[in-house]
Amino acid sequence: MTRSRNHFLIVGLALVLAGCSGNWGWYVISPETASGRTNLRFLLLGFELTILLSLLAMVAASLAGLVIALLGLYGNRTGRVVNRVYVEFFRAIPVLVMILWVHYGLPVVVGISLPPFWSGVIALALAESPFIAEVFRAGIQSVDRGQGEAADSLGLTWRDKMRYVIVPQAIRRVLPALGNQFVYMLKMSALVSIIGAQELTRRANELVVAEYRPLEIYTFLILEYLVLVMIASAGVRWLENRMGGADGRPVLARRQGWFARRAAARQKGEP
Amino acid sequence: MAAAPIIEMRGVSKWYGDFQALKSVDLTVNLGQKVVVCGPSGSGKSTMIRCLNRLEAHEEGVITVDGMVLDGDTRHIAAIRAEVGMVFQQFNLFPHLTVLRNLTLGPMRARGMSAADAEERAHHYLARVRIPEQADKYPGQLSGGQQQRVAIARSLCMNPKIMLFDEPTSALDPEMISEVLDVMVELAGEGMTMVVVTHEMGFARRVADTVIFMDAGEVVEAAPPDAFFAAPKSDRTRTFLDKILSH
Repeated sequence: MTRSRNHFLIVGLALVLAGCSGNWGWYVISPETASGRTNLRFLLLGFELTILLSLLAMVAASLAGLVIALLGLYGNRTGRVVNRVYVEFFRAIPVLVMILWVHYGLPVVVGISLPPFWSGVIALALAESPFIAEVFRAGIQSVDRGQGEAADSLGLTWRDKMRYVIVPQAIRRVLPALGNQFVYMLKMSALVSIIGAQELTRRANELVVAEYRPLEIYTFLILEYLVLVMIASAGVRWLENRMGGADGRPVLARRQGWFARRAAARQKGEP
Repeated sequence: MAAAPIIEMRGVSKWYGDFQALKSVDLTVNLGQKVVVCGPSGSGKSTMIRCLNRLEAHEEGVITVDGMVLDGDTRHIAAIRAEVGMVFQQFNLFPHLTVLRNLTLGPMRARGMSAADAEERAHHYLARVRIPEQADKYPGQLSGGQQQRVAIARSLCMNPKIMLFDEPTSALDPEMISEVLDVMVELAGEGMTMVVVTHEMGFARRVADTVIFMDAGEVVEAAPPDAFFAAPKSDRTRTFLDKILSH
């Protein structure tokens, strides 16, 4: 316990010293001045689009990834070829390039121009889906063969076997990996700033241009992402606990978090 | 006993690559008959019984189950699987579902039964396998013997005409074997048609109409249990029986 408190002290001290040294100008987002409050509010409003972008893209990528994985595992020859080509092709495109192509290239092809937000959702989902497809493939393959045989012997259709027996067990196993991919997604969403969606990074860029305070504003931006990622990790861990361990059985004993350990330590009289 | 054959295998062969797992196997099972299949590991006995509900596809010969020919036709396969229950060595219960959900999934999805009816039936069969109080637990919370009895109940919930057992007691601790065999003996007493792959020769003596000995993919001997144990015709059968009955 004392060791982790020392860490906090050192980090805190460094921040205070840096803030007082004159090189920092936190006034730009100080909640104590009117202009600071306006700037702070402007930055924080970016959370809405960053969260929506990441969540929607993640949901879309998961659904697409599941379909692509099933095609590869159970499809006929054509299905397996589609799986391979899809994964290899979309995995090879840099995310930034994908965003630019969807926003500026796709409208030329289909004749409809999408707002930056939706271009971003589509591009992020396309970029992420091959990775999720591979995660699902591994997860489905890890489910014991006997599970599918038991479902078959009950006379379940292939769809019911997947829906009630195989996929639920696979999802429980790949939850930690999906959580990882979601954290990537939160960070990748910063790239959508390039086409003008007003998410966290775009707003930080715009404020830097207006205020000439890159150090403070980008430091604050880092903290914003840090908070988001920490919340996402906690959320994934909560889900894992709720849905159960690798064998699919709900975890009955809750894993102890930091706060629970602190409380237990305090009760024992430790500092 | 009705003499109508409900299972017929004629000249069934199957290969795994170069290895021939089944060599022109013939088998007839009449309605209500209990057939016990034994033999050394790798003799093809599991492969044979897994061909009966097409968990494995045979490559030569004809298999007819309940009047339907088992070929590639998926409608036949679905129809036959609904009539044929199977109990596995490793139980293969669905670990993410409660015992009750394990039992109601088949009747609700494959038979289109309502949730209330399926649950009523599930509770009925749980009582029959003598674990009525475990309905809301997960399979991982039960002992091996209890899990296997749940697996039997899960198959019975489909109201099958035939029950296949693939080494149902081989993964169990010795003290749990009898609780599973008791349920199977009871089932046999009610007239269920059963094909059982097992090394439990006591069970074979008690319930079997026919005992089959398989070796190297062939049916070496098929006889009523009295004749089978007292006077085996083949040397291979005798050697095998000496080995498993000597201790």
